[in-house]
Amino acid sequence: MITKTVPHVEAACEGVKDHMTFMLGGFGLCGIPENCILQLVKLNVQDVTCISNNAGVDDFGLGLLLQKRQIKKMISSYVGENAEFERQMLSGELEVELIPQGTLAQRCKAAQSGIPAFYTPAGYGTEVAEGKEAREFYGKMHIMERAFKADFAFIKAWKGDTAGNLVFKGTARNFNPNMCGAAKITVAEVEQLLPAGSLDPNDIHVPGIFVQRIFQGENYEKRIENLTVRKRN
Amino acid sequence: MLTKEQIARRIAKEVKDGYYVNLGIGIPTLVANFVRNDIEVEFQSENGVLGMGPFPFEGEEDPDLINAGKQTITALKGASFFDSATSFAMIRGQHVDLTILGAMEVAQNGDIANWKIPGKMVKGMGGAMDLVASADNIIVAMMHTNKAGDSKLLKECSLPLTGVNCVKKVVTNLAVLSVENNSFKLLERAPGVSIEEIQAATEGDLLVTGEIPEMQF
Repeated sequence: MITKTVPHVEAACEGVKDHMTFMLGGFGLCGIPENCILQLVKLNVQDVTCISNNAGVDDFGLGLLLQKRQIKKMISSYVGENAEFERQMLSGELEVELIPQGTLAQRCKAAQSGIPAFYTPAGYGTEVAEGKEAREFYGKMHIMERAFKADFAFIKAWKGDTAGNLVFKGTARNFNPNMCGAAKITVAEVEQLLPAGSLDPNDIHVPGIFVQRIFQGENYEKRIENLTVRKRN
Repeated sequence: MLTKEQIARRIAKEVKDGYYVNLGIGIPTLVANFVRNDIEVEFQSENGVLGMGPFPFEGEEDPDLINAGKQTITALKGASFFDSATSFAMIRGQHVDLTILGAMEVAQNGDIANWKIPGKMVKGMGGAMDLVASADNIIVAMMHTNKAGDSKLLKECSLPLTGVNCVKKVVTNLAVLSVENNSFKLLERAPGVSIEEIQAATEGDLLVTGEIPEMQF
């Protein structure tokens, strides 16, 4: 067995530098790598590019890096919940590339899989297609999209083992598995770090080969962005 | 004129037995409340759940279980969770039977705009571009006019497009229309709404042939 464990978030984020490109898992605030985000704030890395479906909220998730003006460019599909984000974008302080959500996921998966580019119908005929090769397949138009290139992928899983195998819970899975192995170094933080052999190999969502560093995360807040409940009758 | 709930109720009639359905944010989310309970339907949320159930009871919410609108949800018997690439494989691969989404503008050639107002609102397209580019069966749920009273059913969209030639049907507070032959074909009127009122609220070409029945719920 190859051991992937590192003792803490500091070791997990070793090598992080200014101007790097990061992938960060999560959908809204669900399944975000809370520990790594806090560490990036602490390290105060500058001018970074973040690939993440959303940009957090003003005071949580990637919003924390935005507050400190650490992000030079965001690549996301939806950024509606963050007022500071909108302000920085409209003032031109922040460069933003908005791309279709399925394209975002597939560009991660392509990077993970060694596929340099692919064709998708999403965005054909819109401003997303500008400057991209368009091509017809089976009577339908598609545009060429490229795999991402990133230095670090920071992802969050529910359970992991010392071999780096991962299991996700509910919709906290989202982009996390697609980002594993899609960057030069994948850092996984988990709620429960277990000895290798504790997880049934049949149940593993992401094999450890896609993960370079795994650590036990701490103090998960797991903030709910939009609490919606129904009353009991 | 229909309320948002009534629009959702009318669209629910388009949901058929055995359908996998993706619901957008806003009026489309309400459709789930009105689907007949004697048919088998599964709702997909593009953040990674198939078999989405109602909102949880107070105190039973799970931060690891949300829909694409980031609302807390539940999962029904037979539900599954998956990653985002798999989710969009379901969508792009046309395994999802029906997509219901909102719009700011729809054009008579089936173009749709719903993600950006230049200089004013930039929230992003989320999964909408993937959905409209791939789905065979797309229904738009929206008000017939915007807050300023201008028609949202146009000859050509003025806002940045989400997708081209993709909308097949539109259900508004005034009417049910299909997109056919580069025009909006009037299929049904909201109860008490006249063809003239619909005509006046529609900037695009309106095709009216024969008797136009009132909607049934």
